[in-house]
Amino acid sequence: MKLNLRVWRQRNADADGAMATYEVDGISPDMSFLEMLDTLNEELILRGEDPVAFDHDCREGICGACSLVINGDAHGPERTTTCQLHMRSFRDGDTIDVEPWRASAFPVVKDLVVDRSAFDRVIQAGGYISVPTGAAPEAHATPVPKADADSAFEHAECIGCGACVAACPNGSAMLFTSAKVNHLNVLPQGSPERETRVLDMVAQMDAEGFGGCTLTGECATACPKGIPLPSISAMNREWLRARRKAGRG
Amino acid sequence: MAVSGLIMLGYLVAHVAGNLKVFFGPEEFNEYAHWLRVMGAPLLHHEWALWLVRIVLLAAVGAHAVSAYQLSRRDIKARPTAYVHRRRRASYATRTMRWGGIILALFIVWHVLDLTTGTVHTGGFEEGRPYQNVVDTFSTWYGNVIYLVAMLAVGLHVRHGFWSAAQTLGVGNARRERLLRGLANGLALALTAGFVSVPVAVMTGVVS
Ligand code: HEM
Ligand code: SF4
Ligand code: FES
Repeated sequence: MKLNLRVWRQRNADADGAMATYEVDGISPDMSFLEMLDTLNEELILRGEDPVAFDHDCREGICGACSLVINGDAHGPERTTTCQLHMRSFRDGDTIDVEPWRASAFPVVKDLVVDRSAFDRVIQAGGYISVPTGAAPEAHATPVPKADADSAFEHAECIGCGACVAACPNGSAMLFTSAKVNHLNVLPQGSPERETRVLDMVAQMDAEGFGGCTLTGECATACPKGIPLPSISAMNREWLRARRKAGRG
Repeated sequence: MAVSGLIMLGYLVAHVAGNLKVFFGPEEFNEYAHWLRVMGAPLLHHEWALWLVRIVLLAAVGAHAVSAYQLSRRDIKARPTAYVHRRRRASYATRTMRWGGIILALFIVWHVLDLTTGTVHTGGFEEGRPYQNVVDTFSTWYGNVIYLVAMLAVGLHVRHGFWSAAQTLGVGNARRERLLRGLANGLALALTAGFVSVPVAVMTGVVS
């Protein structure tokens, strides 16, 4: 396959960026999108140019590092991560636009790499449980109803990639935060911090400069892990409940 | 946004029901308008209940507008650089919430000046005879155009707004998803159809 790429190039956080055009040839439909970019970078290095910087790690769809907006879609046209997107989803001769996540809470570091530490701070604000350390507890000591376990697992699938923020026209992080809150709030292990968790994580999310949710549903459409849109309503329910309990309306 | 929106939605449901009385003729419609002014009597003085409703509505409109402004500012700030590659996102109703809201705000101002105070009314506005006033308004082409556009905007706004408010208030979950979407669409359709039926009836001569 031969492709026309238009890629966002930006030297560093303070520099102005622009789309640059590249042609790549000899792409196999079996390559992943990142392997296609590797091919481009090899050529750029041979030509003595600066290779395109992009985030990646596991390349098997579980770490959440890869993060490209491809033709206006976070993670591209398939419902998966960029690393699990294959070139067979494109046609020979296509022009493909590649841009970084766009959000003021995710500033561009270089080219296609953005700084997602805002997510880490949201997690630090309450995305944990307090347990005594020591030997592993007896597995049957804390029974969890099947439905709750399923719900916790569904939300635990979030890999923190940030595609929800990138896809949201408001740059809102509600889907991510709701996945993290619901994951722990439905479990007995998470119940000691049930109220502070949702209040603190939402407060941190707001402080990071993410936009407000207008329920456009773009996040859940882009999410590679299928975190469902009603999770946002579930987090709102938890938040309202925690506010009531705290006597703050 | 959710609470103030639902207050206004409640008013719209009552308003459309009241408007449909126009089909029972001038006596009943005018009598209904009169009743609006003596609601709660003799406990309440003339027009007290009506003014109470007006004050609550005004507060709701104000709160809705202020939070819409704050939310929009925050949202625009959160995405300072637009994507070069744009594509159509979300449904039409979802994408038009801001413009639709502005259109509705302008409509409400015009509407009150037209049918409540009569300031911009054409053809001898008479207080206490709303039936004739409504017929007059819908005998002008622009009256009809303004209403039809605004009623479509109401439908779209309610379609996304009702469902969205349910999510904000934490009522939504996977099982209720179809129910809530259905309710939002049903409400939107009923409001638009109900409101639109009045100008259409005047245009076709059913109400004259
Ligand atoms: C074709 C559709 C409509 C018709 C025929 C209609 C008709 C009327 C009439 C006759 C009045 C005056 C009632 C009276 O003074 O006794 C009125 C008042 C009012 N209408 Fe409508 N209306 C329509 C749609 C709407 C919509 C969609 C909205 C809101 C977005 C709305 C908001 C109001 C408000 C705020 C008042 C003023 C209430 C007051 O202060 O007394 N109307 N309408
Ligand atoms: S909710 Fe989905 S899109 Fe958002 S960070 Fe988690 S996995 Fe990524
Ligand atoms: S590189 Fe780990 S999820 Fe894509």
